[in-house]
Amino acid sequence: MKAGQSGFLGGGRSFPSVVKRHDGSKPVRGSGVSLSHSIFRNWQLYLFILPAVAHIFIFKYLPIYGIRIAFTDGFTLDPELSAPLWNNFAHFLRFVHSAFFWNLLRNTVFISLYGLVLFPVPIILALLLNSVTNEWFKKTVQMATYAPYFISSVVVVSMLLVFLSPRNGVVNTFIKLLGQAPVNFFAEPAWGPTLYVLSDLWQTAGYNAIIYLAALSTVDLSSREAAYCDGANRFQIIWHVDLPWISSTVLILFLLRVGQMLSMGFEKILLMQNDLTLSTMEVISTYVYKSGILNGQYDYATAVGLIQAGVDFLILVTANSIAKKVSGVSLW
Amino acid sequence: MVSRRSVQDRLYDAVFNVILVLALLIAVYPLYYVLIASVSDSTLVSGGEITLYPRGINFEAYKFVFQDRSIMRGYLNSLFYAAGQTVISLILTLPAAYALSRRDFRGGRLFMLYFVVTMYFSGGIIPFFVVIRRLGLIDSVWSLILPNAVNVFNIIVARTFFASTIPGELWESAQLDGCTNARFFLRIVLPVSGALVSIVALFNVVQNWNAFFHAMLFIRDLAKNPLQLILRRIIIMNEIASGDASIGISPEELIRRRQISDLMKYALIVVAAAPLLIVYPFVQKYFVKGVMIGSVKG
Repeated sequence: MKAGQSGFLGGGRSFPSVVKRHDGSKPVRGSGVSLSHSIFRNWQLYLFILPAVAHIFIFKYLPIYGIRIAFTDGFTLDPELSAPLWNNFAHFLRFVHSAFFWNLLRNTVFISLYGLVLFPVPIILALLLNSVTNEWFKKTVQMATYAPYFISSVVVVSMLLVFLSPRNGVVNTFIKLLGQAPVNFFAEPAWGPTLYVLSDLWQTAGYNAIIYLAALSTVDLSSREAAYCDGANRFQIIWHVDLPWISSTVLILFLLRVGQMLSMGFEKILLMQNDLTLSTMEVISTYVYKSGILNGQYDYATAVGLIQAGVDFLILVTANSIAKKVSGVSLW
Repeated sequence: MVSRRSVQDRLYDAVFNVILVLALLIAVYPLYYVLIASVSDSTLVSGGEITLYPRGINFEAYKFVFQDRSIMRGYLNSLFYAAGQTVISLILTLPAAYALSRRDFRGGRLFMLYFVVTMYFSGGIIPFFVVIRRLGLIDSVWSLILPNAVNVFNIIVARTFFASTIPGELWESAQLDGCTNARFFLRIVLPVSGALVSIVALFNVVQNWNAFFHAMLFIRDLAKNPLQLILRRIIIMNEIASGDASIGISPEELIRRRQISDLMKYALIVVAAAPLLIVYPFVQKYFVKGVMIGSVKG
């Protein structure tokens, strides 16, 4: 980002970079002043940050501390009523040995990998948009593809239900016109993952393309020109100049994506499930919600959630170190 | 002279443009369809006769939507939650981010670490639920306003903004004039940060308006439900609006109600999605900027 040089956000006012000092003295910087003095002088800044620190403590760190209930038995919402006892890894073992463990894992990984297959779509969208010379056309397509990102998952699932309704949905109307029997998409376990993955692509492709477009906006013009002089055509310039230029951005977004292998799309999957499609649509995070919030097994569900987060973290660390070795790009 | 390459390039251009136009249609057509279906004759809609333009234009569906008290209540609730979270978020985020942007702020790196850690680690939904419950926020409107009011991503965006727009020399000279940090922040920094305020406000509004899960977890009282939950109840859970008791009514009446709720669905989707879709073309510039700063610096 070249925000610093270019007068951030274009229209904003900017200050003269040199401000005259009354006595012509050198600026006083932290380094020359003792620690306590510099803290004292800026005491108000600590008040500035205090509310946000307290907020994060309450809503982020307290839940992290709450993970300890995963290792206990007899947890209830009213602390006076019970004293949870340590049970070490009993909940973890119970989940891993349970009958539905493999089914949950299979569903989760399947939906995740299915989505990963479509990972290149926003990249292609950005590369094509970037090669368009007509600014108006480019802006229009960009804005249109970005719009679905602003639609909530409740609305998206509602739209799917309305379009696909076997009674009067537009899709089935056309299936019937073709002389076929209507398909009850939401009752077919086989359709669940596809509906989820494709609607997710519809929602996020334009949004994700923006990040790639930002990376593409910094492509060195001279290397594009050089490629052109060497006889490269449109496609070859995209393939040999643009794509390599954004490869590290692609890799980083890929790593972040892979790091959510087990925890993707929880809210929308929850909305899309029904009793008929649980065999493919029950994933680990929805199972955590149901066993914890709906069935009150708070300690057990926390343990399952912790397994999910732990595995995701391991995948992220592994993928990151592979990426570092192979290409030198890494998240940290 | 027409070289082989220029022929190729023209071909590629054509293919690229076709793909992009297709992408545009795929993105927009479902939304457009919902819109034209919502104002068309419902028998034509369910007969599949509405494809490109509305027919039998009427606003019956919208009449039903706007007459439904639970929907209007949900609408007002959602507006209130989104506005509330946005105001609190600005109050919490901007001063903190400004402090973090100052190079003479001792301990800034530690505070930053404190914030960023929570981007990678979280307690998960069950411990989060337990915390909200122990704070006594179950069934309280605060449970939908407070928990997301500080977003570390927004702090990073705001810090980057301040660091690149407010030169350090400006503070140094103001300080020599006896200006305090608070005064400097309110009088000098905030007035030139309009774009940033828009970005942070926008992120909050979009996030809060579209959220349903926290409400599903924390809110039992129907009167406090946000619009998204009402929508879920009517369309996804296939309940008939306003949920009157269906005992003692004739089959004809049941069918009629079913037709009304079928009719209402398109209009309801439009009404729920419209606020953001109407505003977004005007503000997307800021949104894009925010995403870019956040993704590059974060």
